[in-house]
Amino acid sequence: MIYLILTFILILLMIGAAVYAIWQKDLLYAVIASGIISLLLSIIFLILQAPDVALTEAAIGVALTTIIFIIAIRNTVRFEDEHDKKIKENKIIKPEEQ
Amino acid sequence: MKKAIILISLTILGVYLIDIFTGIGFGTQHFASGVKDAYLIGSKETLKVSNVVTSIVVNFRGFDTLGEVTVLFLASMALGGILYKKRHDVGERSVLFPSTRIVMSGAKLLFPSIVLLGAYVFIHGHLSPGGGFQGGTIIATGFLLMLITYRNYSVSHNRLSYVESFAGILFIGLGLAGYFINNSFLANIFPAGKLNDLFSGGVIGIIYVAVGFKVAAELTGIIYTVLHEKD
Amino acid sequence: MEKYLEILNYTIYGAAILLLLIGLYGALTKKSLIKIVLGLSIMDSGVHLLMISIGYLKNGTAPIFSPGHENELAKMVDPVPQALVLTAIVIGFGVTAVALALVIRLYKHHNTLRIDEIKNLKW
Repeated sequence: MIYLILTFILILLMIGAAVYAIWQKDLLYAVIASGIISLLLSIIFLILQAPDVALTEAAIGVALTTIIFIIAIRNTVRFEDEHDKKIKENKIIKPEEQ
Repeated sequence: MKKAIILISLTILGVYLIDIFTGIGFGTQHFASGVKDAYLIGSKETLKVSNVVTSIVVNFRGFDTLGEVTVLFLASMALGGILYKKRHDVGERSVLFPSTRIVMSGAKLLFPSIVLLGAYVFIHGHLSPGGGFQGGTIIATGFLLMLITYRNYSVSHNRLSYVESFAGILFIGLGLAGYFINNSFLANIFPAGKLNDLFSGGVIGIIYVAVGFKVAAELTGIIYTVLHEKD
Repeated sequence: MEKYLEILNYTIYGAAILLLLIGLYGALTKKSLIKIVLGLSIMDSGVHLLMISIGYLKNGTAPIFSPGHENELAKMVDPVPQALVLTAIVIGFGVTAVALALVIRLYKHHNTLRIDEIKNLKW
């Protein structure tokens, strides 16, 4: 009974984090939200009696995937619409106008 | 327009999936007797391994694990090929910001215990939750902590590749030994022992230790390569 | 009251399918390459949750023979999907790492992350 309600709350938080990760324009925030999805997912795996999978998800999903995404963002751009802003300020000429 | 089409097709896919899975049912026994019971009884009676997931991953479906470790090795090799640099042209590590003294001493204090936890997890993989993949990733997170804290900390790529190849050769060698002695790949060649004993399960514990070393070396290599990518 | 709790049981399937659909939506509609890889990884999580929840048994225990409980075979949850998901998570990490390395290379070459600005393969 108490586990059911706990699972329900965790599921709501997880879906919210997933929607936030897709909707957010700032990629750094989106990546942190996807790390939160993995953390909640590992707790749900523990409730579903799969401790091996919970350990793997906690180590890989939370730590390693998040850090690789952050390094990729550091090497590229942080905002999703950064290119549009550059075009608006005429810093880049669109290929059709060349 | 495009978004509307995508939303409609995703809705159709969702309704279809929900229909299938409400038919299956949640938390019920789907089959009268199936693969599950065969694996559980085989793991308990013949292999003497108490963690059934370990016995499936290493013994019953050992070929899957061999293929998986190969795929991970290929991923690490492809990463090295894509992010290629000349030999002495290694750029500065992309540390997010310089770390303070507190973080430095904390990382130095935590690193040995993280590696010890990883080793514990993959040595006891056949007794408790855990195993080679989990222990290897925990060790890799320990190296990640040291690499992003200290600017001058580095991991020798040669040593990593030695660890990785010896672990792989040990895995395949034990499998081939099982083939020549007991007529099937990855068959048990050591005495099985008693259930819930550290030296139970024969060859399974040794193979999981090898998998742990291999996964730790591969993931550390992937992290090291990606961290050194800076223009 | 009990009837409503029965419905709550199915929310875990609903959550897995919703995660899958949200990830697929992100991968199909977004323009940024990093957002596409992020959507694929969310979709991966949904598939993992779906497979684990198929093997679940009500009031079940983890598939580990602890000392003193060696004869409770019927109560254990199905270990086969757990082993499959265990391998799938590690492979998923490798796939994500290679995809992000390709994204970094594409950015160095084209100086953009927008997928509709990269036109080398279009004709």
